[in-house]
Amino acid sequence: MTQPTAQFINIGERTNVAGSAKFKKLIFEGKYDEAVAIARDQVEGGAQIIDINMDDAMLDAKEAMVTFLQLIAAEPDIARVPVMIDSSKWDVIEAGLKCVQGKSVVNSISLKEGVEPFKEQARTIMRYGAAVVVMAFDEDGQADTIERKFEICKNSYDILVNEVGFPPEDIIFDPNIFAVATGIEEHDPYGVNFIEATRLIKTHLPYAKVSGGVSNVSFSFRGNNPVREAMHSVFLYHAIRAGMDMGIVNAGQLTVYSEIPDDLRERVEDVILNRRSDATERLLDVADDYKGTAKERKEDLTWREAPVAKRMEYALVKGIADYIEADTEEARQMFDKPIQVIEGPLMDGMNTVGDLFGAGEMFLPQVVKSARVMKQAVNYLQPFIEAEKGEGTKPKGKILMATVKGDVHDIGKNIVGVVLQCNNFEVIDLGVMVPWAEILKAANDHQVDIVGLSGLITPSLDEMCTVAEEMERAGYSMPVMIGGATTSRVHTAVKVAPNYSGPLVHVLDASRAVGVASTLLSEDLSGKYIADVRAEYHDIREKRLAKPKVDRLVPIAEARANREKLSYTPVKPTFTGTKVFDDYPLETLVDRIDWTPFFRTWELAGKYPQILEDAVVGESARSLYADAQEMLQKILSEKWLTAKAVVGFWPANADGDDVVLFDSEDRTAEMDRIYCLRQQVQKRAGRANDCLADFVAPKGTDDWVGGFVVTAGHGIDEHVARFKAAHDDYNEIMVKALADRLAEAFAEHMHERVRKEFWGYAGSETLTNEDLIKERYKGIRPAPGYPACPDHSAKPALFDWLDATQQAGVELTESFAMTPTAAVSGFYFAHPDSHYFGVGKIGKDQVEDYARRRGIDVAEAERYLRPNLAD
Amino acid sequence: MSKQDILEKIAAERILVMDGAMGTMIQRHKLAEADYRGERFKDWHCDVKGNNDLLVLTKPDLIQEIHEEFLAAGADIVETDTFNGTSISLADYDMQAFAYEINKAGAEVARAAADAWTAKTPEKPRFVAGSVGPMNKTLSISPDVNSPGYREVTFDEVADAYREQMRGLIDGGVDIILIETVFDTLNAKAAIYAVEDVFEEKGVRLPIMISCTVTDMSGRNLSGQTIDAFWYSVRHAKPFSIGLNCAFGADLLRPYAVSISAVADTRVCAYPNAGLPNEMGEYDESPDQTAAHLGEWAKTGLLNITGGCCGTTPDHIAAIAKAVEGVKPRSIPKHEPVMQLSGLDPITIINAPSPSATA
Repeated sequence: MTQPTAQFINIGERTNVAGSAKFKKLIFEGKYDEAVAIARDQVEGGAQIIDINMDDAMLDAKEAMVTFLQLIAAEPDIARVPVMIDSSKWDVIEAGLKCVQGKSVVNSISLKEGVEPFKEQARTIMRYGAAVVVMAFDEDGQADTIERKFEICKNSYDILVNEVGFPPEDIIFDPNIFAVATGIEEHDPYGVNFIEATRLIKTHLPYAKVSGGVSNVSFSFRGNNPVREAMHSVFLYHAIRAGMDMGIVNAGQLTVYSEIPDDLRERVEDVILNRRSDATERLLDVADDYKGTAKERKEDLTWREAPVAKRMEYALVKGIADYIEADTEEARQMFDKPIQVIEGPLMDGMNTVGDLFGAGEMFLPQVVKSARVMKQAVNYLQPFIEAEKGEGTKPKGKILMATVKGDVHDIGKNIVGVVLQCNNFEVIDLGVMVPWAEILKAANDHQVDIVGLSGLITPSLDEMCTVAEEMERAGYSMPVMIGGATTSRVHTAVKVAPNYSGPLVHVLDASRAVGVASTLLSEDLSGKYIADVRAEYHDIREKRLAKPKVDRLVPIAEARANREKLSYTPVKPTFTGTKVFDDYPLETLVDRIDWTPFFRTWELAGKYPQILEDAVVGESARSLYADAQEMLQKILSEKWLTAKAVVGFWPANADGDDVVLFDSEDRTAEMDRIYCLRQQVQKRAGRANDCLADFVAPKGTDDWVGGFVVTAGHGIDEHVARFKAAHDDYNEIMVKALADRLAEAFAEHMHERVRKEFWGYAGSETLTNEDLIKERYKGIRPAPGYPACPDHSAKPALFDWLDATQQAGVELTESFAMTPTAAVSGFYFAHPDSHYFGVGKIGKDQVEDYARRRGIDVAEAERYLRPNLAD
Repeated sequence: MSKQDILEKIAAERILVMDGAMGTMIQRHKLAEADYRGERFKDWHCDVKGNNDLLVLTKPDLIQEIHEEFLAAGADIVETDTFNGTSISLADYDMQAFAYEINKAGAEVARAAADAWTAKTPEKPRFVAGSVGPMNKTLSISPDVNSPGYREVTFDEVADAYREQMRGLIDGGVDIILIETVFDTLNAKAAIYAVEDVFEEKGVRLPIMISCTVTDMSGRNLSGQTIDAFWYSVRHAKPFSIGLNCAFGADLLRPYAVSISAVADTRVCAYPNAGLPNEMGEYDESPDQTAAHLGEWAKTGLLNITGGCCGTTPDHIAAIAKAVEGVKPRSIPKHEPVMQLSGLDPITIINAPSPSATA
């Protein structure tokens, strides 16, 4: 088992209104956020259990307990440790037990009210599945002698184990720590009595544990922390040897036993162990000499005291860049050669990061921050390395990465690149829109070990096939990794892999990239792995072939006959022709941002806003979100980005599966057509074969359609370049991801204005942002390349009608990707029954018909529609 | 011998096999809204399609047929079609008033199927596990991000709803209470709390099976606990078995089965999905693939009870039953008693060596 086990357990004591004035004040003032921070400090400070106590006459302890427990349940860095529900009131304890999912500890029950209530409470605690602290307390009062302490504990143990059936391993005794050195003689043996009672309990009551509130012992030295700390350390030193398992202590109020000055230690030991009658006086004699010598510690910076290699590891794991240059310099002076700093402490640190990431204990945004620290350190060392010349790091391998021709999306590719670099791969990044010839040339020039191809839009899938074909033709044999949002294992196996005789693997996401790349380049593992992947892909292909066609297609004529029968009462837009928005205020878009896809970009799975409180990725998500908000503010205040848009409406009528656009309202001169595709899969009774053209009235009823191009990406290049120059992948990815979100928000916002103002068919709608994300409005804005109109090649016509390149500054690549990439384009349909759908698989008959309608070759049409072609 | 003694005896001799996915089987029948409503609810004021638990009232023959298909495939234990049968979950369809009735009927339908097969193959008696699902509201997580301390429901409300469900299940004749697909441990603890009340009230004591769902690759359930921490949280139920279901296919679930097998001093039960859903959202791991994984687990000594969750069909169950046939069940380890606590993470407080005699 790898879980933590411990000899002595520190129980955090500061989340206790009776023990901490600060905590009490915060609870009374309802400042729960700050109270929660105290719990976090405790856990970060090393508390393995936190004791929570709300007992105060002026407080509704039950309500405070429940509120606090439910709040810390949402904080994974606190909730990871068990809680001790501490109250003298039974109803507070029971209310607390109903809030904790873990196995907690009740503090406390005792025989002070008699045997029956004790048994009853113990039974109830068992049913909630908690452990219990039992005080050495009975109807005669709190035990102070060794004999009474042990007798009550033994009596309690027998009742619990033999009569109640309580598991003995779930019992913790608290044999009462009282103050010593009070000047009252009867108090002198209190320390040693606890220690000796502990010894008896641990010897005679199997599996039971012993705990106690340590700071009580030094109560008479309030105000003299050095002496108190020495007393605590000495007390624990002896009590732990006698078998004490855990204690309520303030980890910050402990000194190391061996570091206590000899003279002080001897006098403290005399007091705790009650070794001489004048012990208290002798301690008092010197106590003032030690007052005020306790060193002030800035808690957060304790990691700075570690050796330099540990500090560098910490900085890498935590992503703290503040000290990395100084630490790197210090490390450089320790080694013979600067390169050894990289090969030694930096790589060790990054390996730790890699391990934590692989184990699911770190998440992508944290890893990218780690990489930023790494790059800064490497950057610092670069001049020193170059000065020595002739040396280079020995990376695990060289990987070429490229977004293929026609595609401009690179966030995912950059993330993979960063993660690979973190893991000591050398990455040669050719950027976006890279033609196959350039990929082949670079692979050869750099003698790379692996070629990584990325793409987001569907035409890129074809381009990847082309790259694979050309690599094959040129006789290459190095492994190829395929990745990107539209790629899949099945597509890779069925379409890409057959083109290349070398190893070719689909990589699902950045977290898998390192594993795949390492395995591919490992002498021991690659052979088997490549054979396994080949066999797996072979299987997928076989299955694909053997699979009976699940989707039965109907002839296109039959599909058309099964169109949705709609009635049409169109609303006329307030204008026809186009309207341009230059420099649209970004502020109006912020509220429209859908954050869920933003987190997905960073491979954090979950829905916003719940993801911020997610038990596993919540911390990561919150930190990412805070960074995003901060950058968003800068984007707005410093105007990093400019948003532009153009929208247009045209008189239109459906003609079969085409939508005919007219120059003017007399509807005589045809301007152009939108060539729509129809679902061809056989539908269940009552379900129509949908086509976008069905949402527009046929000739005879005046109808209209609209189109739009929006972008929030102007100006981004400057900032991307700036972050690149600073080796700051984190912010480079961040600015791109935010621009994408703003563009999507812009599309959503513009659609709302179209519905309410420009087309004006939905003047009275009031919808929340969530409604918008769930698309609870009338009318749709399908985009070319997406399921309802899957052909990206419809974009040039749309851009032409809108004069979008001129008016909004958005251009199209040869594969119809938009630049700037933070852009959205599409059509507007206003019919109240219009809805999104997926065209799905289509038959040869429709492809031929489509080619004929558009006046293009069937082969060209097939190229555009490849993902939709039936097998 | 009582039913329970028989169950324990068989569990000591061989690996028990549970059924597969009720939901997947229901989907095959492509039921429409009207099928869900039946005659009785034909005028119900809201849609009920998707309320699979309702089918025990409106399509009991279909549900019994599905149980029997799994029994024919070799399942020893069938789960009642009551996964969402608490008043809290049924409120989605405004059907909270029918919680008791649904659970009782669900138990009766499964009982009839199991008894029919016990009569057919007396050498292989069949058992009914009353399915107690995780509920659609969670006790550890706030649905409102602006108010992390807020809860949609209280422990007492959850325990009440579970009490009602389990009364129905027990009155309908189940042999086992199965608290399954636990993604929030506190909900499971409320169910454990409730079941004790119901046992006391009915004067019976049935074996309890508890099954957790690991929701992501970090090996935690939705409320954030590791599998070890989860076991420490529910061990007081003294369950007949502890284990894992849903979320992943067998390949990805294996590490967690190894963890639970190492810490649990009771039987281990695991019933994974038929792989991960493909890009179409369908499960396409073949019966042979699933069975090959579980067969390997069995031979490694990880399993006492197995079966299938989402996407597993009678063919899967038949293949699984065949793969574990004749394989010795995992022997239940005896651990020295030791204090084990948990928050989201587990902690073991070791038994320190005996203290030295005197200072």
